[in-house]
Amino acid sequence: MSAPLLSVSGLTKHFPLKGGLFGRSTGTVRAVDGITFDVAEGETLGIVGESGCGKSTTARLLVDLITPDSGSIRLGGKEIGPDLSVRDLRRQVQMVFQDSYASLNPRLTMEDAISFGPMVGGMVGHKAVALARDLLARVGLDPARFAGRYPHELSGGQRQRVNIARALAFSPKIVVLDEAVSALDKSVEAQVLNLLADLKAELGLTYIFISHDLNVVRYMSDRVMVMYLGQVAEIGPVEALYSAPAHPYSRALLAAMPSMDPDRRTMEAPLAGDPPNPINPPPGCRFHTRCRLADTVCSGTDPGLYVMPEAGHLAACHIHIPGSGHRDAKSRAGVTA
Amino acid sequence: MTAATLEAIAKVEKSPGYWSGVLRRIARDPVAMFALCVIVAMILMAVFAPWIAPADPYRGQMLRRLRPIGTAGFPLGTDELGRDMLTRLIYGARLSLMMGVTPVIIAFFIGSAIGITAGYVGGKLNSALMRTIDVFFAFPSVLLAIALSGALGAGIFNGLLSLTIVFIPPIARIAESVTTAVRKIEYVEAARASGASGFTIVRVHVLGNVIGPIFVYATGLISVSLILASGLSFLGLGVKPPEPEWGLMLNTLRNAIYVQPWVAALPGLMIFITSISFNLLSDGLRSAMDLKA
Amino acid sequence: MSVPLVELDNLTVRFHGERTVHAVNGVSFTLKAGETLGILGESGSGKSVTLKTLLRLLPENRTEIGGGVRVDGADILKLEGRALADHRGGTASMIFQDPMLALDPVYTIGEQIAEAVIRHEGVSSAEGMARALDMLTRVRIPSPERRLKAYPHEMSGGMRQRAMIALALACRPKLLLADEPTTALDATVQIQILLLLRDLQREFGMGMIFVTHDIGVAVEVSDRVAVMYAGEIVETGSVRDLIRDPRHPYTKGLLAANLHGAVKGARLHAIPGAPPALAEAPKACSFAPRCPVKVSGCDINRPPSVALGEARQVRCVLAAPAPGA
Repeated sequence: MSAPLLSVSGLTKHFPLKGGLFGRSTGTVRAVDGITFDVAEGETLGIVGESGCGKSTTARLLVDLITPDSGSIRLGGKEIGPDLSVRDLRRQVQMVFQDSYASLNPRLTMEDAISFGPMVGGMVGHKAVALARDLLARVGLDPARFAGRYPHELSGGQRQRVNIARALAFSPKIVVLDEAVSALDKSVEAQVLNLLADLKAELGLTYIFISHDLNVVRYMSDRVMVMYLGQVAEIGPVEALYSAPAHPYSRALLAAMPSMDPDRRTMEAPLAGDPPNPINPPPGCRFHTRCRLADTVCSGTDPGLYVMPEAGHLAACHIHIPGSGHRDAKSRAGVTA
Repeated sequence: MTAATLEAIAKVEKSPGYWSGVLRRIARDPVAMFALCVIVAMILMAVFAPWIAPADPYRGQMLRRLRPIGTAGFPLGTDELGRDMLTRLIYGARLSLMMGVTPVIIAFFIGSAIGITAGYVGGKLNSALMRTIDVFFAFPSVLLAIALSGALGAGIFNGLLSLTIVFIPPIARIAESVTTAVRKIEYVEAARASGASGFTIVRVHVLGNVIGPIFVYATGLISVSLILASGLSFLGLGVKPPEPEWGLMLNTLRNAIYVQPWVAALPGLMIFITSISFNLLSDGLRSAMDLKA
Repeated sequence: MSVPLVELDNLTVRFHGERTVHAVNGVSFTLKAGETLGILGESGSGKSVTLKTLLRLLPENRTEIGGGVRVDGADILKLEGRALADHRGGTASMIFQDPMLALDPVYTIGEQIAEAVIRHEGVSSAEGMARALDMLTRVRIPSPERRLKAYPHEMSGGMRQRAMIALALACRPKLLLADEPTTALDATVQIQILLLLRDLQREFGMGMIFVTHDIGVAVEVSDRVAVMYAGEIVETGSVRDLIRDPRHPYTKGLLAANLHGAVKGARLHAIPGAPPALAEAPKACSFAPRCPVKVSGCDINRPPSVALGEARQVRCVLAAPAPGA
């Protein structure tokens, strides 16, 4: 594999929790805690996980809406900061948000919303407007009908098409889709997914596709990253991960999906309780408090991502690390290898 | 650009803009329209006072003091110096409206600027600005206005100045809270992601969305300002006699309340009608600006 | 057969306001005691409105309700005062997507459940608290004694959902109305709540109507499913029949859009367009403008509800068995 288009290393963001009389710090939310992954040009990386796992913070870090505490982001081999300005990063990495209505300024027409970015970037007014209309047509909205409309006059699906058009106005290399289809009705969601597939093929885009819907992620992604409490639990090719999840948390997530078969309904919940809070994550492997396979080593040592036998498949679980001290470590490692 | 796009540019369906929508909605609100008519009538009355008023507002005759309403030649009676009440009420609209509206307009600009800056920049600047504002906010507005006018001395200019200072904190507060709310909405994040500078974001994305609510709030303050201005004059801290001003007229007529109670109440009635009209207009604007209603 | 627990007969709901919305347009179904019906539909399909009608939760002054609504033998549309209050929370109760709507932030969970029991059953406050404890145990809240004294904001999302279920079931309703109770939850919590509701429904022997937009969720909890579109039920049948052999083109589209087992890289068979605005009552098939298998006549006449075997109905002209077949 050639050098990855996007390379994230040790990315960390902690939010101080303010409280008390004078805004003293009362704790730290470890929203993203040392995540490392690559994205190759032209592929789609799916990110899944539950609330508090840090997937939305990761998205915002990638487009520099939030500045990371530590770690690096490299785009095409150039590190953001030293080699590549934030301004250039923002042109090459764009984002589409979940809430299609909140993402659009209610006072701007659709063409104004789309042309705003290019105009800020120095494009002349009439060219930016022409570009906006071209993009509207490209996302399947007739410019003659929609360019002069306001957000409240459009349906959710149409607004999300506009948001996609706005993201494309910079001709970005990467588009981060943060739950971009989650708020849409199923029948409309399918239309937008088709559009995303078309745009990717036409423009050679790379997607980072964040969603809580595992069916959609499976359909859209080439590789999938599972996050838990600010860390990467598992990352690997989509089919390998879905058919043989290596991390117990990935397995639980997949098992929690409704079965779609009335004769084989889910009989037992794979996990008990709610996902814990990222304010004071447990030590060691963060999943050990809910894990059925947890052993003593799990509460003491963070396993870190371990390379699985299959190419490009990594999981952070002691079970797969020979000699980790987990009671099942050797045998299971032997089986998978 | 393709030919199709160029053609499309020629015939884009334009939706009516937001403000024309607001105007359309408020035009259908009978209460707000009525209030607006009253306010416009008051303004016209103030502007054209010399042509409308039947008499001289300063000249009176001691012989015809405190005539009742309906006296021949003096439809609304006369005051304690024998001046025509109708004339003085008409002229009074000039100073009263000026004293009521001007401080709010000035405070609207200054307060919005402070509040939007604090709200958009956030962090330490926000804390510093808003805590300072809170100090002023701690005093009841009447007390603050009296204290400031007292310190600055009586007179129209000092009255206006003290009222302006009184209205900056509440407007800045509202401006700060709506701006803070708007700043967290995703379209502002999207604008930041497109590389726009803070100033551009405020101009294009923040201002248009916060100015409406602040404006509505400010129109609601006009009624308070009218009453405060009258109060200052009543206490002898604002306009000085013999100028016709409703608050001052209320003061000078207060002894006449036992002789001609209806005449003495007329300036109060004017203050009441004007301030409630501004309030009703403000309410109408508020609902007309609500997109989702 | 005995009287069904719920009987909806040609229910219509119209909202008047700046615009008139024909939210529900002739919905009929019955629910037996102890049965679970899933109502599946997208936003604006009228599924939640139908559910709220059963508790008369719609704003009275601008809602026009037609047709018949009977729950446990009582005509719901005629209930007034005390009888209505007894119906709400007594005979039937409801759980919501957002538990903070159902729970009062200033009272503890225990107080709220006890208060409901005292109001409906007139028991002492000690008995009310005992019932509250019992309910928290039944909804499998860990350390229920401690949770009795907890305020809603002190609980996690899944816990709050359980507390709301405990409150809804405290007076042993015969009918539980669930309005997307798991939509806002994380996947691993959602499945816990679904399994809990399934167990409690069996344990209490109550009828349940479960409104959702998620086919997978409907399959997990329902015996029968009714698919709603534009204020009408377009297809109803047992879960098995509906999943294995959907007959209405809308149901087929929804199943495909769920992407369960979708082939990667293949284009999705998306339903084009968007649902109608319902400014007027439907005169033809509401789905016709988006339908891939539309035939002439679909735009003109309202399709009949075709009965296919027991408890299976499809509102589509193509579902009718060909004459002579």
